[in-house]
Amino acid sequence: MAVVTADIAAPSPAAIAKSPGFWSSVLRRICRDPVAMAALAILLILVLIAIFAPYIAPYDPSKGSVIRRLKPIGTPGYIFGTDELGRDMLSRLIYGARLSLIMGVIPVPIAFIIGSTIGIVAGYAGGIVNTLIMRTVDVFYAFPSVLLAVALSGALGAGLTNALVSLTVVFIPQIARVAESVTTQVRKLDYVDAARASGAPPMTIIRVHILGNVLGPIFVFATSLISVSMILASGLSFLGLGVRPPDAEWGLMLNTLRTAIYNNPFVAALPGVMIFITSICFNLFSDGLRTAMDVKS
Amino acid sequence: MISIVEEPAYDLPVGERGGPAQPLISARGLIKHFPVKGSGFMKPKKVVRAVDGVDFDILKGETLGVVGESGCGKSTTARLLMQLILPDRGDILFDGETVGGALPLSDYRRQVQMVFQDSYASLNPRLTIEESIAFAPRVHGIAAGRAITRAHDLLHRVGLEPSRFAGRYPHELSGGQRQRVNIARALALEPRLIILDEAVSALDKSVEAQVLNLLLDLKRDFGLTYLFISHDLNVVRFMCDRVMVMYLGKVAEIGSRDAIFENTRHPYSAALLASMPKMDPSERTLEPPLSGDPPNPIDPPSGCRFHTRCSFAESICSENLPPLASVSESQSAACLMSVPGSRHSRAPALMEA
Repeated sequence: MAVVTADIAAPSPAAIAKSPGFWSSVLRRICRDPVAMAALAILLILVLIAIFAPYIAPYDPSKGSVIRRLKPIGTPGYIFGTDELGRDMLSRLIYGARLSLIMGVIPVPIAFIIGSTIGIVAGYAGGIVNTLIMRTVDVFYAFPSVLLAVALSGALGAGLTNALVSLTVVFIPQIARVAESVTTQVRKLDYVDAARASGAPPMTIIRVHILGNVLGPIFVFATSLISVSMILASGLSFLGLGVRPPDAEWGLMLNTLRTAIYNNPFVAALPGVMIFITSICFNLFSDGLRTAMDVKS
Repeated sequence: MISIVEEPAYDLPVGERGGPAQPLISARGLIKHFPVKGSGFMKPKKVVRAVDGVDFDILKGETLGVVGESGCGKSTTARLLMQLILPDRGDILFDGETVGGALPLSDYRRQVQMVFQDSYASLNPRLTIEESIAFAPRVHGIAAGRAITRAHDLLHRVGLEPSRFAGRYPHELSGGQRQRVNIARALALEPRLIILDEAVSALDKSVEAQVLNLLLDLKRDFGLTYLFISHDLNVVRFMCDRVMVMYLGKVAEIGSRDAIFENTRHPYSAALLASMPKMDPSERTLEPPLSGDPPNPIDPPSGCRFHTRCSFAESICSENLPPLASVSESQSAACLMSVPGSRHSRAPALMEA
């Protein structure tokens, strides 16, 4: 019988050589992605603007004046012009970042937690439990997101909290479906069988072997929902179901300025431009994250 | 068939109670049918008869090889033994005690572990090697520090220097190294039986030889019993004490290695053996030993499942299902040609008592 020849070359140092973990390598790769980094920088600037709005904004965002209504972009003292009530657009855009970011960002992590839980449980349980959970989720999923958000907000009544609740409910089925499909793939892998064969209880298997392998893809998907959430939130405000005047929020500003679209189209388009920039930055960042997580090097 | 001589001694650890003659594992009439997707709704219910009445024993300290074509139920049998899927019918006896009956499933789990074919899919890509190996002992209540120490010992035992490999991730290892890690992981609970489901099939030949030798060494040192599933008859001949040939969810023939390889009594085993490439050019042939694919396990042939491809088939073969009958002390075959008085023209005459 041949002796086992181990494929070890040199004597090794006493310390255990710890390889860099998955997340640190993702971090390293995304730091090398210029597009994702630029998007992240713009998002950080927007967050800082929102936080320090009172210090940056040149005027009170709700103080209007009948004599300087709808000034065009570039008016001295009002570089982004004024809105239909004579309020400074720059100040309103700066303050609007607060509510718009809140409405865009808050529903997604809440829906991420609830949706992932539902999806992972359904995916791991399989069989009849999966069918029951996922068909229920499908009922919600069958409605177009805009319609569902509008219907829920309308039923709950206008207001910031209700808009957040309805947006969260809209995103839960979408995240749950992604979570379920990823979990179903992972639970079929041999290492999950090996864990089951070792007698580990289901919660331990989910915690140790499932979560680490499914949260990444779900997280990427959830990041891409932030831009959708911003646009939906703007839509709710536009319809009068989200933030109420005179609060500054980009979607609401778009709504109130639509009457001025022929008189002063560039000023009227500014809130839309801000929504566009923010949502595309979130999309580019989540794309970068996806790419950074895809590579197996 | 060996039976329990006396009442098991319950003060002994699991796996030691039945005595040396008691088979370590016995499968009794295992049946597993999988429903066919889409059937049963407005249509007749169909099932895949993956494992359809399988009986065998694995003796203590032996290596039982399982061979057969793809889809013959080898892997399903392994998963049934692992209790990863539950049988529709039939029992598994571990050292004479029914699993899930006299022997609780949690005690059984520690005794039987498995090494899978796909070395990459069987390791969690997010865990380091030592974490993967230490997982099972941690689940069974061993403190983290001791579990890691055991993982390092086992890594050393399978020929991977812990200081270099313990902190690595699976994708940083070669296929052979990963399969060593899987073997170490299977050993972590100190099991009695290890099921090797095509464990070396995906490795290249030189690495395969190393891993096979490692398995033989571990078997000797830890007193292990193996169930060795493989496509490679040469490897089975090298590794196994006894061999079980499966065909379409049933045992075609089971017996000692020499009996199966030298004196097979089942035409299917003979065809499998004939499919082994010959070293001698003059013995090479272009004739395929078997033609066609195995029949559909959803709708298996009547009578002997092999009669559609068997060159000795007679009309009686499509009517009577041959039992797995003992043909010698070390060999049983499920073929009417071995059953006295079966009305097959080649069957031995029935002995008058």
